[in-house]
Amino acid sequence: MTYKQRIDGRSFDETRPIEAKVGVIPRADGSAMFKIGNTWAYAAVYGPRNLHPKFLQDPQRGILRCSYNMMPFSSSGERVRPGGSRRSKEISLVTQKALLPVLNLEDYPNSVVDVFIELPQTEAGSRCAGICAASMALADAGLDMKDLVSAVSFGKVDDKLVVDLDYSEESYPDGPVADIPIAMLPNSGKISLLQMDGEVTKEELMKLIGMSKKVLMDIYEVQKKALKDKYKGVEM
Amino acid sequence: MSEIKVKDKEISVPGEVLAVGMDVLPGAGTYREGEKIVANRLGLVMMDGRTIKLLPLSGRYMPRTNDTIICKVIDVGFNGWRLDTNSAYSAMLSMKDATSEFIQRGANLTQYYDLGDHIVCQIVNVTSQKLIDVTMKGPGLRKLKGGRIIEVDANKVPRIIGKQGSMVVMIKESTQCNIIVGQNGLIWIDGGPMNELLAIQAIRKISAESHTSGLTDKIKEFLEQNMPSKKTHQD
Amino acid sequence: MYRELRSHIISLLEANTRLDGRKLTEYRQPITVEYGVIKTAEGSARVKIGETDIMVGVKLEVGEPYPDTPNEGTIIVGAELLALSNPEFEPGPPGIQAIELARVVDRGIRESKALDFKKLCITPGEKIWMVIIDICPINDAGNLFDASSLAALAALKDTKFPAFNGVKVDYKSKTDEKLQLEKTPIAVTVIKIGNKFIVDPDTEEEKVVDARLTVSSIENGTLCAMQKGGDMPLSAEDIDKMLDIGIEKGKELRNHL
Repeated sequence: MTYKQRIDGRSFDETRPIEAKVGVIPRADGSAMFKIGNTWAYAAVYGPRNLHPKFLQDPQRGILRCSYNMMPFSSSGERVRPGGSRRSKEISLVTQKALLPVLNLEDYPNSVVDVFIELPQTEAGSRCAGICAASMALADAGLDMKDLVSAVSFGKVDDKLVVDLDYSEESYPDGPVADIPIAMLPNSGKISLLQMDGEVTKEELMKLIGMSKKVLMDIYEVQKKALKDKYKGVEM
Repeated sequence: MSEIKVKDKEISVPGEVLAVGMDVLPGAGTYREGEKIVANRLGLVMMDGRTIKLLPLSGRYMPRTNDTIICKVIDVGFNGWRLDTNSAYSAMLSMKDATSEFIQRGANLTQYYDLGDHIVCQIVNVTSQKLIDVTMKGPGLRKLKGGRIIEVDANKVPRIIGKQGSMVVMIKESTQCNIIVGQNGLIWIDGGPMNELLAIQAIRKISAESHTSGLTDKIKEFLEQNMPSKKTHQD
Repeated sequence: MYRELRSHIISLLEANTRLDGRKLTEYRQPITVEYGVIKTAEGSARVKIGETDIMVGVKLEVGEPYPDTPNEGTIIVGAELLALSNPEFEPGPPGIQAIELARVVDRGIRESKALDFKKLCITPGEKIWMVIIDICPINDAGNLFDASSLAALAALKDTKFPAFNGVKVDYKSKTDEKLQLEKTPIAVTVIKIGNKFIVDPDTEEEKVVDARLTVSSIENGTLCAMQKGGDMPLSAEDIDKMLDIGIEKGKELRNHL
């Protein structure tokens, strides 16, 4: 019963400040930046493009390939050895699963849509930031997408249900902690990423899922604005 | 009664509700979900009678039959050439479609088109598996020599060409350049360094402001103000 | 493969201009240097030259000295050609292009003695500071060498030591003690195409490079590192001219720090 106030003063259902920008990597077909608190993600999309080796090709649809990577200087502690890890490979996998439901790649048989997520700076919630950046980048690349994907970590610190855990909350020493990254298709409310670390009851989890729609719709509005801002000059 | 939630020429993003009601029809780039019509991509809203559709603002080129495109030769085989179309799919140009001359079987094909050559060709067929056949037989189809090639977003090509070619003709006349615009977003320009640069700047300006109104006048003004002859006069 | 592009670029160079209208020894504008962009690094910088956009982060680690230099710390430079930044880059471990980039940047810093390695010694024979510089391109629009070198220098300028209690580094508390730079080596890559020399090649120009010479020089014009690349050889006159350009442009670039 010790967690009365969040360490950075936020309310329990408040995310850290968010910044989003689209079209930040000119060489890519689509790109975006998403920053939440001190966690900062870039995403670049290349595709649909040629896919080698041939055995990876799917004659019925294009494939989505995602890569999540932390830059060596991005961790608040020691340097991260470059080259990825089992953790980053797993995050690449769940990122791909989070984004795939909104895409229709049937018009691009035998090809690939590559999504590269790089984080120059991380402080909790990095996979969700990556997914938010990636979904804007996919839209920027002009792909058929029935919805964007918005993501943030929910969880529990001690006895309080919270939104967007930061690093100090993830490592809170004085009570149980649960870290639950959730990605959602904002228009339908369906969930495409759900993972959990920690201790939580089923009732608490369902309550968090109930809270998630409103929070993720707010994030969707930020992503929407970033996309529209890039093309602002285009409107009459 | 149907309600349209967006204005004409507004930017829409995936998942955004464009209209509610059964009277409005979902056009290209949109889909129906129950009562709602929802955006299926990033695009510009266009009302077409009762249909609401989204014009693409970005996206790689998708090969279509009859398109005239600029390709690069990436492989020379025994019976034909393989071409980079600036899309996810390469195209095949077979010997029989390569030229109006007769090519002997076993001839060295590089004497016609060699690795790295750029050619203007026309798409004859695209299969469901996106195998593409092109031909070089037709008016204006040829190998490109000299000049330079730039890449633009393929979605901007209609604007760069203009109504019945009016925009590109205006650029050609002002800059004294030869210009060929491929539907796949590759554009060939030939006319000497300063003229080419001006033509390219005009093309990039069109790309950047493609859906604003009065674009033709703006580009006309831009070209007049920046004509190389005018510039040296002011130096 | 790039015959037409090459002859077009050469005819432009003969007319004293380039694809984007620049003069032969003109860098793209704007050139921007931002310091301290990455909070988790001990030092960081972001450099943009035209559309080329590079981030460099410096991490400091405590380690053991090399046996032959017991009183000296060291630097380690890494570069990854991130697939994010260029459609031609493939994901995977650093290839030879990334390795050359890292080693060229390293040589410029190391051989100029920009850092006094003795000042990086904590306990002789036991503990030294390792200055680890990581280069991460965000957008590759040509000339990674010069942009990376500039960003690495700027990141070093930005670097502050973290707290060290003799046993463990506390990365969460930075001290006010800055890493001292004794010199500022600047790398300029001079490109030969045909018989003309240019600096700051863009993506198209990089496809038709005959030879290149990356020249690192310090404030007084003394050379501290060089790297010749490209398939064609250089004459002594070529090298003479390229060095002059490298030193002159180095002075210009240094003003951006």
